Parts: sequence; structure tokens; C-alpha cells
Amino acid sequence: MATVWFWLVAALLTMYVVLDGFDLGAGAIYPVVTRTDGERRSVLKSIGPVWDANEVWLLTAGGSLVLAFPKLYASSFSGFYLPLMAVLWLLILRAIGLEFRNHLQDRVWRPFWDAVFFGASLLLAVFLGAALGNVVRGVPLDANGYFFSPLWTNFTTQGARMGILDWFTVTVGVTSLLALAHHGALWVALKTHDPVRARATKAAAWIWPLLVLAVVVVTVFTFRIQPHVPERLREHPLGYVFPVIAVAGLLASFWLRRRAKELGAFLGSVAFLVGMLLSVSFGLYPLVLPATNDPAASLTVSNAMGPAHGMAVAFWWWIPGMILVTAYTVFIYRGMRGKVSIEGEGY
Amino acid sequence: MDQALFYHRFLFAFTASYHYLFPQLTMGLGLLVVILQAMGLRTGDERYDRAALFWGRIFGLTFVMGVVTGIPMEFQFGTNWARFSEDTGGVIGQTLAMEGVFAFFLESSFLALFLFGREKLGRKAHFGTAVAVWLGSWISGYFIVATNAFMQHPVGYETDVQGHLALSSLGALLTNPWLGWQYFHTMAGAVVTGSFAVAAIGAYYVLVDTSPPGDAPRESRAGYGRLFLRVAVPAGLIASLIMAFPTGDRQASHVAEYQPPSFAAMEGLFHTDEPAGLVMIGQPDMDDLRLDNPLEVPHALSFLTYHRWDARVEGLTSFPRDDWPDNVPLLYYAYHIMVGLGTIFIVVMALAGFLLWRKKLIENRPVLWLVLLMAPFPFIANTMGWMTAELGRQPWTVWGVLRTSVSDSSRVTAGNTLFTVIGFMGLYLVLGLLFLFLAHREITHGPLPAHSSHQEV
Repeated sequence: MATVWFWLVAALLTMYVVLDGFDLGAGAIYPVVTRTDGERRSVLKSIGPVWDANEVWLLTAGGSLVLAFPKLYASSFSGFYLPLMAVLWLLILRAIGLEFRNHLQDRVWRPFWDAVFFGASLLLAVFLGAALGNVVRGVPLDANGYFFSPLWTNFTTQGARMGILDWFTVTVGVTSLLALAHHGALWVALKTHDPVRARATKAAAWIWPLLVLAVVVVTVFTFRIQPHVPERLREHPLGYVFPVIAVAGLLASFWLRRRAKELGAFLGSVAFLVGMLLSVSFGLYPLVLPATNDPAASLTVSNAMGPAHGMAVAFWWWIPGMILVTAYTVFIYRGMRGKVSIEGEGY
Repeated sequence: MDQALFYHRFLFAFTASYHYLFPQLTMGLGLLVVILQAMGLRTGDERYDRAALFWGRIFGLTFVMGVVTGIPMEFQFGTNWARFSEDTGGVIGQTLAMEGVFAFFLESSFLALFLFGREKLGRKAHFGTAVAVWLGSWISGYFIVATNAFMQHPVGYETDVQGHLALSSLGALLTNPWLGWQYFHTMAGAVVTGSFAVAAIGAYYVLVDTSPPGDAPRESRAGYGRLFLRVAVPAGLIASLIMAFPTGDRQASHVAEYQPPSFAAMEGLFHTDEPAGLVMIGQPDMDDLRLDNPLEVPHALSFLTYHRWDARVEGLTSFPRDDWPDNVPLLYYAYHIMVGLGTIFIVVMALAGFLLWRKKLIENRPVLWLVLLMAPFPFIANTMGWMTAELGRQPWTVWGVLRTSVSDSSRVTAGNTLFTVIGFMGLYLVLGLLFLFLAHREITHGPLPAHSSHQEV
């Protein structure tokens, strides 16, 4: 059951990154692809009706983590105290920027909230990546399975005083920013008209080679920092299917964008993100939070799991619950299919 | 109390009290918007729809505040209360995850359709989205109160060898005897906040109007003010009554039954008494363990608690000092302010309701002033109610099972926690000012059809 929940939580987090990823990415490229107020509104309108529901995937992943792996939730949330508080601030500021911007029409109010929305989206993309980097790299866990990391110390990946930000996690953060900016650019291209569409396509074209480079670098770094990942792939070659999906998605997003197949290019990016995140999940399993000081102290699926009966019960309400959620999601995205128009109500 | 624990508690108390200012308004307004739209559908009168759209805009603004201040609550279980999460996550994780799956998705998916889909969807489908959003907010409330009910009166669990709590029955967790009354008491409180807000704005629109009483055209702010009062005063009266009886009364008996030391502290009863009087006013003196300047109704506490005039009620001193709530005076004041305000709400709404029935409310400026000035007090009463529940739960995070003093994150220091306390206080001050500023703009514009802040390009 713990393994089932490991993959369910991984799936929820992947859904979060795929869905909230495009609205974060749209925020990160927002000033680049828009010039006029109408253009800005068209980008906001493409994410306005869904950003909140997209964030609920994160909350649901959090709730599921509490019920399936309470120890992991307790250890990681208290250990990553400061970066999580920074994430909270960014989530708050971003939502406020997005929602309050259109209440007033003037040349002080709107540019201010535009800047808040852009800055918070960009930093969130970096922080989410750095968080993932921390989980991959591991942390110095004490005998009770707890730790506390300062935001940064000396930017090295070893030792008792290592911080949240080091050369490895910053690299993952930058990769995450590139991946989500690319994802967001393809979304904006899909949902808007020229000239925003053309600029977003161009932005995606610029970001793509950088993203390829970053993915190569981050993969090499990961194999060095966390030897468990290459070992696990060696033992279970079936796991190579996930990186293959990621690479195929990345290539598809390139070819389809060049042929102006906007939906296809965006779905390619979805496949890329899904492939990347599942590669990481597969590579780490059964670790959920590796210990850098002593591999035996690591939190794993079995020593961090919650009570078995609770997980089994939750599985049975989770399935119908998710069918409902899928129904709402399909309904909402169908309702807003096609390009946005800035006529009429909303954002 | 060590310093880190104090800051962890302060951060949670501050962010939770602040957060709940918004959901109580959205849960209350959610129901009122559904009522307004239902009346619009029944009568075919467009004014109900415009009133619903107007309150929908306030709802949307409040909802955003509720969302952004709510996310920190879910994070804090892990960041600041790691031991609590580790020990009880196997149980409360159920209700927290269910809230996401069954409530948040429903709410967030239909909110944008509700706020902006009126023209596209047509009247009936739009009514459906209002119902979906309202249901989502009330289901969310159910799962949160269920989580709290477990902490107040743990059921449906067993303790494993490492001392972690494990779920033994989801059914028992979701039908906790504590849960039912607490849920309806909380929801009644939310409807009081929502209907008092609608009534107060209605009273304001009528009071500021310069035309002779009752002569204002229907399509004017004063016209809508009359409509708001007609809907919100009866709703406010019914909700105030339900809040006191049966829900408040039953809730108090649960406290007396399951948390007797907290009950004694709430009532300011230091020494066991037979019969016991009901304290209206007085100041707890924790050095001499007595109440200074008490104003009492003899026998009343015995009767209210056990429905017998001469029943014996246990005082605080009959319980070990270790099991006392750690802030007795604050608990006592919170409870008394809540009960006092609740009583005033019934009186004010009964008066306004009577005048409304006799068609005299619109001319009666003193009562309209009273209705207007009441608006902030339901927020205070709801906050005091939750303070009563949470201070009364002390010194436990899970009553009788896990003490607050060992529930926090041992690795997060006082300095780091204080840093975030200061940060949240600053950020929330700014958010509050922004909210008031934008709400004020909406209220000044009013529900007249020409206006929509979102249509400006």
C-alpha cells in the first residue's frame, strides 16, 4: 500500500507541475510577450479561470502526503522551514497580483501588480525546482529523522552545515524555471492571438536550446550527487521508459512548434514534464528523503509510511473522488477551449 | 513555556484567526447568493440577479483572501507542528486530503464560471454554479471542523507501538459526536456574518439616500438597500437563533461532558458549586483562584448545563492543575464575549425583523443605524468562538492524547519562527488594507447594472 501511495502522491505532484506549471510559466514570460494592457489581459484570461484549481493539486498532494507519509511531511516541512515560508509568500503575492490587478484601471496600480505577478511567478518556478533538488540530493537527517537547513551557507553539497541553496539545487531551480517558462510559452501561444502568440512562440524557440542544455547538465549532476538514481536504473532497466518519454516530449515540442501545431507542442511539453518527474520518482524509490550523512538514516517508503488501514481506506474514497475531480477538470477546460478573447467578462 | 513553542502557537493563532475572517463571510454570503438567485429564478425579477451578482463580486474578493490566507494553515501543520503531524497525520491526513479532493476542487473549478459566466451560461446553469461554489465552501467547512473535532474529542483511532495514532474507523471519525453540533454552530455563525454584512450594507444604502423614505426608485442604491434588508434581516434572525439554540447550547453541553476543566474555566467557576450560578461579568484572579466583581444569575449554570436547578457543577480546582487550560482568563473572556454578542445579535435582529414585518424598518433610522453598526461584531463573535474552542482544548493538541508542549517542530528555532511571525503580520496588514480598499470601491459603486469593474479595458 505504501508503494501505491508513493505513486499516487507522485502522480498528484506531477499533475500539479503540469497544470500550475503552465500558469507559473505564463507569469515568468509575461513581460516578454505582452506590450499593451489588452495583451496582458489576454494572457491573464488564459490562466485566470484555472490557476486556483491548478493550485488545489498541490494542496491535495500535501494532504495525501500527511495521510500516507506523516513522518516525511513532518520532517521535510519543518526542515525546509524558511524556503517553504518563502513559497507561501510567493503564492500569496502571485495570487493577489493576478486577482487584484484588474480591479482598477490606472497607470500605477496595474503595472505594480504586473510586476508582483511576474516576479512571484519567476521565483516560484526557481524555488519549486530547488525544492526538488533538495529532495534528490538529500539532507543531513538526525537520529529521529529530522533536520533543519538554513537557506544558504557555502553552496557546497556536503557537510553538516549545508544549505537549501547550493550549486546543485540552484542548477535544478534554473532548469525548472526554463522548463516551466517553455511550458508556459507554449500554453500562451496555444491560447492567444497574434502578436502575443507570435512572441510566445519566439520565446519558446529561444528557451528550448537552453532547456536542452540544462537538462543534460542536471542529469549529469544528478547521477553524481545521488548515486542511488543510476543504480536503480541499472537494476531496473524498465525505468528508462520515463526518461525516454521526457526526451520524446521535448523533441515533439520542438518539431510541432516549428510546424505551428500549438496543441501538439504544448502536449509535447506535458509529456516532457511528466517524463522528467516520473524519472526522478522512479530513480529515488524507495527513498523519499535521502540522508547525506548516513544512507541508512534515509527516510524511505517503509519507514516514513503512515498506518496501513488508513492508507487502504483512503484508497477507496480517493478513486471516486478523483473521478469527480477529473470530470470537473475536463468540464472547465472544455468550457474554455480555443483562443481567449478579451471581450466580455472576466480578468 | 519555551520561547519557540510560544512563537509557534502565536503564529498559528494569528494566521488562523486572520484567515477565518474571510471563509466565514464566503460561507455566509455563498448561501445568501444562492437564496437571492433562487428568488430571481422564482419571481423572474432581474433585481435579485443583480443583487446576487453584486454580492458575488464581494464573495470573489473575499474568496481570494480566504484562499491565500488558507494555504499557510495547511503548511503550518508540517512546518511548525512537526511532531503533531507525525503522530496524528495517519488520522487527520484523511480529512485534510478529503477537503482537497471533495471541496477545494468543486469550489475552485466553478468559481470562475460563477463570477464571469452569467451571460455565457444563462440563468439556470449560472444558478447551478452558485450552488456548486456554496456547497464546496460548506463541504470544506465540514472537513475542517471534522479535523478540529478529532483534536477536541478523538475517536476512531488506535495507538501503535511507536505512539503514532492510526485510523481505525473512518466512519467514526466522520460522525464524531462532537462534530455535528460544532459544524452547525460554525455554519450558523458564518450565516450570521454573511447576513449581517448584507443587512448592514442595505441599511447604509437606505441611510445615505436623500430622497424621502420609501420614495427611492427601485433601480437605485436605496432601492437595492431595501431588497438587501428584506432578504438579510430574516436570514440573520434565523441564523442568530440557530447559533444560540440548539447548536450553541448543545455544543456547550459537549464541552461540559468531554472537557470538564475547560467548561469550568469558560464559565469562570473555580470551585465546585451546588447549585452553580451563571457568571455574566467578572474578572478571573489567577492568584487567589476566584472571580473579582462577579455579577451572577443564581442557579442558572446548573440549569443550563444539566437542566436541573440544583445540579452540581464541577469547578476548576477539582481537576489537576496540569490539565487546566493554560490561559484561563483569555478563555473565560473569549467565551463571555461570544455569548454576550450572540445575545445582542438576537435582540437586534428580532427588533429589525419585527419592524420589517410591520413595514416600518425603512423609516426607522435609529434601528437602521443599529443594523449598520452591528456589521463588525459577528466577525468578533466568530473569532471569540474559535478562541474558546482552541484555548479550551489546551493543554492538549489532541485532547487527552498529545500535549501541546511536545507537539511543535523541535528543529525550528525561536529566531526563525519569530522571523516568520513578523513577516506574516506585515504581509497580512497590507492584504487587509487592500481588501478594505477594494471592498469599499465595490460598495460605493453598488449593484446598479451599468457597473462592472471587470469590463473596463
